[in-house]
Amino acid sequence: MKKFLPFLIFIPLTGLFVVGLNLNPRLVPSPLINKAAPEFKVSRLLEPTQTISVADLKNEVWLFNVWASWCVSCRAEHPLLLDMQKDGIKIVGLNYKDKAQDARKWLERLDNPYVFSAMDPEGVVGLEWGVYGVPETFVIDAQGIVRHKHVGPLDERSIRETIMPLVNQLESESQQSELQSQES
Amino acid sequence: MKKRTILFMMTILFSAFASGSDIIVFQNDAQEKRYHQIIKELRCLVCQNQTVDESDAPLAADMRGVVADMIRKNNADEEIISFMTDRYGDFVLYRPPFRWDTLALWVLPFLLALWAIFFLPRIARQRHAVADEAALKRAESLLKEDTAKIDSQN
Repeated sequence: MKKFLPFLIFIPLTGLFVVGLNLNPRLVPSPLINKAAPEFKVSRLLEPTQTISVADLKNEVWLFNVWASWCVSCRAEHPLLLDMQKDGIKIVGLNYKDKAQDARKWLERLDNPYVFSAMDPEGVVGLEWGVYGVPETFVIDAQGIVRHKHVGPLDERSIRETIMPLVNQLESESQQSELQSQES
Repeated sequence: MKKRTILFMMTILFSAFASGSDIIVFQNDAQEKRYHQIIKELRCLVCQNQTVDESDAPLAADMRGVVADMIRKNNADEEIISFMTDRYGDFVLYRPPFRWDTLALWVLPFLLALWAIFFLPRIARQRHAVADEAALKRAESLLKEDTAKIDSQN
C-alpha cells in the first residue's frame, strides 16, 4: 500500500493537469446566464431616429450579437450569421464602440444579417452585458432571459451543436406556453 | 553609444510606472485613495493578468470610468464591487470571495504548509536513519572483505 501511495497521489494530479490544460482561460463564465437580459434603449444603426430596446423583443427568441467594423473575427463569423438569418433566426446586433459610418458601410459591403443593430459607440450597453471580447453572442428566450453566451467568433460546429438546438428548444417552449395561455 | 544604452534602460524602467493613467478629478483625497484601492482589486478581462489599474485596454479605461463615477456619487465600495461582479462574475476580482466552493482555494495552501511543517522533518529523519543503518552494514562488510583480502595477500 505504501509503495503505491505516490502513484495514488500522482495519477489524480495528472488528471487535474490534463483537464486544466484543456480549459480556455479566455472563456469567463457569464453571471448573466438565466437572468433577465439587461435593458437598454438606444438608436438603431440604420434608422437612427428610431430606438431599440429589450422590451421591444419580448415574446421572441433572439440572438444578440456584439460586433464592430474594426473587429477581424466578426468578419469571419459574418457569413454564418447570414446563413442563420436565412434559416429564420432573429439576430439583433450590438454595434460596439464603432463609428456609425464605418458600421453602415460594413453592412452594405458584407450584407446585413441583423433585424436591427443597436448603436453603442461608447460601449455603455456592452458594459451592462459584461462584454469583454468582440464578437460575443447571447441567446435570449421569449421571456427575455439570457440562456447562453458564446465568447469569440461563432463557428459551424458551435452553431450546429449548441446555438441551433437551444434556439429550437426555446422556440418550442415559447410556442407551448402560448398555446397553454390561449387554452386557459 | 553608452548614453543611448542608458536612455534605453531608463525608457524601460519608467514604462513600468506608466500605467493606464487617465486624468480623473475627485472632490477630495479620500475619494482618490478609494479609487486607487478599488481599481487595484479588479482584474481587466481583456489582458487577464493585469489589474484594471495597470491595463491600457479600452475596456479597463471604461471600468475605471465607472468606478470613478460611482465614487463621485458616493457609492460604497461593496456597491462598486458588486456592480462589477454582477456583470463580469467573480473572475473580475483578484481576491476570490471566501465561499464553500472556493474553500479549497483558501484553505488548502495552509493545510499543506502545516502538513509540511509537522510531517516532512519526521519523514526525512526516518528515511535518513534507515539509509544510515543499511549503509553502515554495507560499509562494514566491505571493510571486512577488504581486510580479509589484504591479510591473505600478505
